[in-house]
Amino acid sequence: MKIDHAQPLEYSTDQNQLNILGFWIFLGAEIMLFATLFTAYFTLSHRTGSGPTPAEIFEITPVLIETFVLLTSSFTIGLGVHAMRLGRKNAMVTFFGITLLLGLCFLGVEIFEFMTYYHEGATYQTSAFTSALMTTLGTHGAHVTLGFFWGLFIIIQVVKRGLTPQTANKAFIFSLYWHFLDVVWIFIFSFIYLKGMM
Amino acid sequence: MEFFQRFAIPHPSPAIYASMVAIALVSIGIVVGLTYFKKWGYLWREWLTTVDHKKIGIMYLLSALLMLFRGGADAIMMRAQLATPEAKLLDAQHYNEIFTTHGVVMILFMAMPFIFAFMNLIVPLQIGARDVAFPRLNALSFWLFFVGAMLFNISFVIGGSPDAGWTSYFPLAGNDFSTSVGTNYYMLAIQISGIGSLMTGINFCTTILKMRAPGMTLMKMPMFTWSAFIANVIVVFAFPVLTVALIMGTADRLFGANFFTTSNGGMDMLWANFFWVWGHPEVYILILPAFGLYSEIISTFSGRNLYGYKSMVWSMILISLLSFLVWTHHFFTMGQGALTNSIFSITTMAIAVPTGVKIFNWLFTMWKGKIRFTTPMLYSVGFIPLFTIGGVTGVMLAMSAADYQYHNTMFLVAHFHNTIIPGVVFAMLAGLTYYWPKFFGFMLNEKIGKTTFWFIAVGFVLAFFPMYITGLDGQARRMYTYSESTGFGPLNMVSFFGGALMAIAFLLIVYNIWYSFKNSPRDIGSDPWDARSLEWATHTPVPEYNFARLPQISSSQAFWDSKKNGHVLFKGEIEDIHMPNNSGVPFVMSCIFFVAGFSFVFALWVPAVIALIGVFVCMTLRSFEQDHGYHIHAKEVKETEAKYGEVLNNEDRSRATSRV
Repeated sequence: MKIDHAQPLEYSTDQNQLNILGFWIFLGAEIMLFATLFTAYFTLSHRTGSGPTPAEIFEITPVLIETFVLLTSSFTIGLGVHAMRLGRKNAMVTFFGITLLLGLCFLGVEIFEFMTYYHEGATYQTSAFTSALMTTLGTHGAHVTLGFFWGLFIIIQVVKRGLTPQTANKAFIFSLYWHFLDVVWIFIFSFIYLKGMM
Repeated sequence: MEFFQRFAIPHPSPAIYASMVAIALVSIGIVVGLTYFKKWGYLWREWLTTVDHKKIGIMYLLSALLMLFRGGADAIMMRAQLATPEAKLLDAQHYNEIFTTHGVVMILFMAMPFIFAFMNLIVPLQIGARDVAFPRLNALSFWLFFVGAMLFNISFVIGGSPDAGWTSYFPLAGNDFSTSVGTNYYMLAIQISGIGSLMTGINFCTTILKMRAPGMTLMKMPMFTWSAFIANVIVVFAFPVLTVALIMGTADRLFGANFFTTSNGGMDMLWANFFWVWGHPEVYILILPAFGLYSEIISTFSGRNLYGYKSMVWSMILISLLSFLVWTHHFFTMGQGALTNSIFSITTMAIAVPTGVKIFNWLFTMWKGKIRFTTPMLYSVGFIPLFTIGGVTGVMLAMSAADYQYHNTMFLVAHFHNTIIPGVVFAMLAGLTYYWPKFFGFMLNEKIGKTTFWFIAVGFVLAFFPMYITGLDGQARRMYTYSESTGFGPLNMVSFFGGALMAIAFLLIVYNIWYSFKNSPRDIGSDPWDARSLEWATHTPVPEYNFARLPQISSSQAFWDSKKNGHVLFKGEIEDIHMPNNSGVPFVMSCIFFVAGFSFVFALWVPAVIALIGVFVCMTLRSFEQDHGYHIHAKEVKETEAKYGEVLNNEDRSRATSRV
């Protein structure tokens, strides 16, 4: 395996470069996935049947907390990758750890939000609107959950194996994933919550 | 006892009981055979755990042939039922199940693996790479496809086949109208194999973008690689739509969601739209690689460079863009209004333009060429007029006002078979014959091959052209019978006869493989067709590392130019070659996916959750694994090369081939 020291660690081998390009293409597919979910949501959001409308169940406070937490986590993982580029392993692990904790906070608030909907009589089966809402939010939440475990495994590997071309590559790709989830959340925040509350 | 009742067949018939016995006997036979001949270890080491793109390609090929048999059996049963008015061979329910599984199997489990087989076999060789970008992911893609196909195929003996058509339109596919688990099978089996397809798309896009041999710019790629690249870009952008649609359909059926229901605000047309936003690009995922194969074959057997290389590439790019803008033409009659229909009419007709460009390019490639009418060339030459007829009837269907007459008639059935069979199936059989010697070391018999072509071509014309007439006369598709007074009887009998000829052609293909295996000579050299692109520049059969030294490319017909124009392909010393390790994880993980899918079909939540956890355990193990592959040492490579008995030096090689 040839290591090219002119490149950052995560790009330093051929396989690493392939992994990063492959992951970008995967994110392209993810964009299509969420675009389809948004299409379904926009088509169905007014079709509430006998259930509640968006304005009746959306509340700004938990959503603002979720947004704040997730945007901050995107910032901290950026710091983590920056630390990784400087070769500062401990700083990187710390920032990745903070990122995952913020991710957990996000998930906690989201679960609370879903419980509230449930108690207000907006379940998955209530109407086309609630089905589409919970599938879209749920898919994003499932991505964050998966990301939490994935990130945890990467932290463990960095701690045990140090910053090698392999671990750096994994950490960098994970950061792309995490930023992507943030971008999706911005769309959810703007076009599902804010638009729904108007 | 009550627990097991859910696995019973809702509409049993003697044929299904016979199939159950046959499946049981074949399974026992395979297990006993493997044990008796002590082949379990061989099977595990060489096939189940392989990450070699050539072996994966061969497994795709065998699966595709197997599924061709399954889908073909469905087809011949339908034709037999319709051969005479008011026949009693199949009842309405059984007929519904068979046209549904015929469509799904032929598109998703026959045509898709067939093109993936050729992509796996050919693309890395054509771009001068050692393997694909992610060999293990490639194995996972294959096994997910395979278990998806198996899950779909057990439906007719456990729990009942899907019966809502291959399009599974809601509300018909909803719980109210499809009460058996059949449609659950549809949703989950396609989901599992679809994940595999998506990963193949990512894998090949990356491979083609990053792993081309030195000197091979995008515009010097062989045409099949170009077509594979564009098809995989479409895969990446189309399959997620299907994923979401299937998740929603599954949620409606299993969790009481209201996406496509007719109450609580659900919208059944949303399914139709999502299905075809994936479904129409899917058609081009199949046809573009077929076009790529025709380009290779026509250029080889005309002895000429492909005419209009750049226009070939740009027409494919244009087709891929347009393919996402035409989906509404599948349901012109379902209430969009005149303006929407007109727009989609125009985009649909526009696709005929780049397709026409390609037809003329192939014709000009043959113009003044020294044409050799081998079996692959016969298929390619047969393809041009037959496919053009299919394309022209497509333009007829594209006229939305006129479509009210054609919609849901046999005219439509005739049209899409007229594009898919000469377009895709001919290409697959041509490719099979053309590339067979590269991977198996012997040629298929030309005489039997040509006979097969005539059976399949004549059979195709007899089977499908009468449907244009009965369709215009009003014979509806998906009707299990018709009365004698309609007068459809004689033409349907002709169709049945044509179908029988195609069935004979299939048997001839199998016979040809067996016959050639017994009788064909093995000393065919590495370039039996006098071909033009890079896959023929390495040995036959291909060594596991593909190329001992990576080729240096300076034209789109690299191998031809090295033979005739003195370009030197292989320079420098042989070095150690890095190879990926085999792994059992893709196979095991896919088996767990199978268990998960099966449990979801029957709403068995405990095993379903356990299996999903198993999937995540596999992913965790993969995350922590440190696998750097291994090296084949230069000395070993040289020994292998010497064993092939061919000269290592390229100058000598060009002299050797110029003797031909």
